[in-house]
Amino acid sequence: MSRFVVFLLPLAVIAAFWLMSRQEAKLAHDPTHKSFFQRNGTVLSIVFIALVTFWMLFLVVMPYLYMVQESFHPRLPPMKRGGPEDFLTIQQYKSFFVEPSSGNWNTLHMRAFFFSILTSVFVTAVNFAICYPLAYYMAQAGTIQKVRLLMLCLIVPYWVNEILRAFSLRLLLASKGLINQTLMGIGIIDTPIDFLGSNSGLYIGLSYAYLLIMVFPLYNAIESLDKNQIEAARDLGAPWWKIHRDVVIPYAKPGIASGCTMVFMLSAGSLAAPQFLGGPSTLWFTSIVYDFFFQAFNWPRGAAYAFILLTACIIFVLAILKLFKVSLGETIR
Amino acid sequence: MNSRLIMRGMIGFYIFLFFAYLFGPLIVMSITAFNTPGYPQAYPFEAFTLDWFVKLWNHRSMMDGIKNSIIIGLGVVAISVPVGLAAAIMMGQIYHRARSIFYLVTVSPVLTPGVIIGISTVIFWKDVMGVTDFTKAYFYKGIILAIFGQASFVAAYCLLIIMARLQRFDRSQEEAALDLGASFPQVFWHILLPFLKPALISAAVIAFLSSFENYNTTTFAILADKTLVTVLAGEVRQGTTPALSALAVVIIGLSLIGAIFYEVAKRREEAAAQRMQERARLAERSEVIGANAELA
Repeated sequence: MSRFVVFLLPLAVIAAFWLMSRQEAKLAHDPTHKSFFQRNGTVLSIVFIALVTFWMLFLVVMPYLYMVQESFHPRLPPMKRGGPEDFLTIQQYKSFFVEPSSGNWNTLHMRAFFFSILTSVFVTAVNFAICYPLAYYMAQAGTIQKVRLLMLCLIVPYWVNEILRAFSLRLLLASKGLINQTLMGIGIIDTPIDFLGSNSGLYIGLSYAYLLIMVFPLYNAIESLDKNQIEAARDLGAPWWKIHRDVVIPYAKPGIASGCTMVFMLSAGSLAAPQFLGGPSTLWFTSIVYDFFFQAFNWPRGAAYAFILLTACIIFVLAILKLFKVSLGETIR
Repeated sequence: MNSRLIMRGMIGFYIFLFFAYLFGPLIVMSITAFNTPGYPQAYPFEAFTLDWFVKLWNHRSMMDGIKNSIIIGLGVVAISVPVGLAAAIMMGQIYHRARSIFYLVTVSPVLTPGVIIGISTVIFWKDVMGVTDFTKAYFYKGIILAIFGQASFVAAYCLLIIMARLQRFDRSQEEAALDLGASFPQVFWHILLPFLKPALISAAVIAFLSSFENYNTTTFAILADKTLVTVLAGEVRQGTTPALSALAVVIIGLSLIGAIFYEVAKRREEAAAQRMQERARLAERSEVIGANAELA
């Protein structure tokens, strides 16, 4: 029953908007106004509408809604779906807080959730600190040739996919890895440092994976700042940190917000770095979701957890936008 | 003056550190691809070998994975570029009160964690394809689901790229063509598309690359099939072999070649533009001289 609602709801919204536009067109009555069909020709209009409708309904909206409705169902074998036991329930969400088998608080999953979110915030902050000077240098100080070279140097490593980049870090950080070998060779330490077990590998891996995602929005935002503004501030005797605090950063706000939201999202939803660089005791939230799908085969609970993650991400993004006072449209460019 | 020199030295040092962080792991990994030990190690360097490249070439599942990755990549390009184009055109013409919600819905996949896109794609299509036995047998396949899942957010990338160029389109060109008797499809094919060509090409390249590299969405949507990235993930989980380093060397090599080609093409383009400007300036000057001579 609830599954059909998923199919009808978007259609109802589209119909409502269509009626509203009809109503508006009638009220405004502008003779020079051309309808969508008149402006693009019939065939092309139909093709455009079909393509966008397919994308919006079947690739974006309906799968999301479907995932949400799935999370409100109990876990059932395929035979019993749609049967009398297939009722709406919030037990999957409850299981995030209280473990259903024992009745105790589900501290394991809640800890993993907060660990993932806090780590992502931390990684976002670190990446901003690392990337801001480079972005500023490229946008304001460097010559054109130098900037182009730096740009190429930035892009080339990103053609290597996420997995291989995690692998390369593992070669460095493993107990038999290069760093431990070097340190032991020099004689600073006797036993290898367990970078992966202590989660340092995870932090480094996440930060490493999303450097570029932070650099480019910052660069784009700072690049359009008029050099004269910085010159003027300098001539008026502002120290360098004040120039950044009062001139550059306020101007680059949309870029900062965009870089931060992207890095946070990618890191909170990342799967490769925790899987390959996390220690055996590291519990990452997306890994838990992954296990619900591939090991426990508990799709409803996995869907519920995925929805919890999505909600947390949306809240975080809205908070960032509020904090920087920018609109969503400015962020995604 | 002295403090400036120190500042400059510090900036240089910082940039060096940044790129050491960026390239260091990749360089170390590349070295392990040419070293003989079975556990990928860069030091001590025992002996030079190309065996790992041969092993890579003979790695069956990885080669199958590459084939699937290419098919999925092409499928994603085939869906997301036209969809992005159509959405970009509609964005400019849509009923204005619906525009912000349309924008929000179209870009939401960019801001959704890939894992969630993958999960929702599988859950949704499993039920939809399961309606008839025919669709379940022929369309409930990892490759198709991966294309759908990836296209949902790659189309949004394409939309953003194409929209950026479309904003600079001069509407009067279209009106001029219409006044001269062109039909709407003619305007679309002969004026709008050529104008958008650079954006369409870069959208296609970005679409293919982001599809090829994707892990989070694909690992859910691919079901029982394999792509290069999911095979790699399995290999890394099982253990480490220098054959993976060899693959990285191949990818780095290819991207370096691509980058150099791009740079050369860009330089040549710029040189041509400069020559044109020079010629125009000369022509202008000779005209001025000619005019002066006439006056005299």
